[in-house]
Amino acid sequence: MGNFLVWVVWFLAAAGCLGSGVAVVSLSNPFYSALALIGNLASLAVLYLLLAAEFLAAAQVLVYAGAVMVMFLFVIAYLGGRADAPWAGGPPLLRTAAVLAAGALLVEVVVVLGLAWGDDLMGPAEVSDSFGSPAEIGELFLTDHLLAFEITSIVLLVAAIGGVVLGTARETEDTE
Amino acid sequence: MNGPGIGWYVIVAAILFATGAMGVMLRRSPLIVLLSLEIMLNAGNLTLVAFSRQAGNLDGQIFALAVMAVAAGEVAVGLGLIVAMARRRLALDVDQASALRG
Repeated sequence: MGNFLVWVVWFLAAAGCLGSGVAVVSLSNPFYSALALIGNLASLAVLYLLLAAEFLAAAQVLVYAGAVMVMFLFVIAYLGGRADAPWAGGPPLLRTAAVLAAGALLVEVVVVLGLAWGDDLMGPAEVSDSFGSPAEIGELFLTDHLLAFEITSIVLLVAAIGGVVLGTARETEDTE
Repeated sequence: MNGPGIGWYVIVAAILFATGAMGVMLRRSPLIVLLSLEIMLNAGNLTLVAFSRQAGNLDGQIFALAVMAVAAGEVAVGLGLIVAMARRRLALDVDQASALRG
C-alpha cells in the first residue's frame, strides 16, 4: 500500500514537473511563464522529498520559488508590455536544428539509461533516517566541503555587485 | 526503497533538460531564455539528487546546493542585463542583441 502511494505521488509530481516545464517554454506571456516555473520548482521539491533530500527541498522552495522568482516577477512587472514575447522563432532551418539537437540530447540519455537499466538503477543504497537532514548537510559543508562553501559565498557576492553595477542608471550615456 | 527506482527520476530529468534546451534555443525573449535556463539547471539538480540517493552519499546534495547558489547569481546578473537593455531602449530580443558578435 505504501509502495503504491509513493508511485502515485511520484507520478503526480513528475507530471506536474513536465507539464509546467512545457508551459514555461511555450507560453508567450513571460508573467505566466514565471508562474509556471514556480509550479515546476514546487513539483521538483516534491521529487526531492521522495529522494530523501529534505533540506534541499526546503531550500528549493525558499530560495527558488521564494526569492529568485519574486525577483523575476518584479523585473517582468517593471518591463510591463515590453516583456511580451511572441513566438517568432528564427529561420525555419535554425528552428528545425534546435528541435533536432534537443531530441538528440534526450535520445542519448535514454539510450545510456537503457544500457544501465537493472539493479544498478533500481536498488538504491540503504540510508539512515537522518540522510539529507540539515544537520548532516551542515556538517559536510563545514568539514569536507568547506572550500565549496566559501567559494559559493564569493560567487554570490560577485553576482550581487554585478547586478547592482548593471542595474545602476547612467543617464549621461546615449543609446547606441 | 519503495516506489520508483532512480532510473525513473533520471528520465524525468532528461525530458526536463530537453524541454529547457528547446526553450533556450527557440525563444528569442531574454526573459524566457533565462526561465528555460533555470529549468535546465534544475534538471541537472534532480539528476544529482537522484544519484546521491542511489549511492547513499550526500556529496551530490551538496553539489546541488552549490548549483542553486550559482543559479541565483546567474539570475541576478541576467536580470540586471535585461533591465540595462530595457533602459537603453534596445529591443528585448536575443537575435538583435548582436553588437558583440565576432
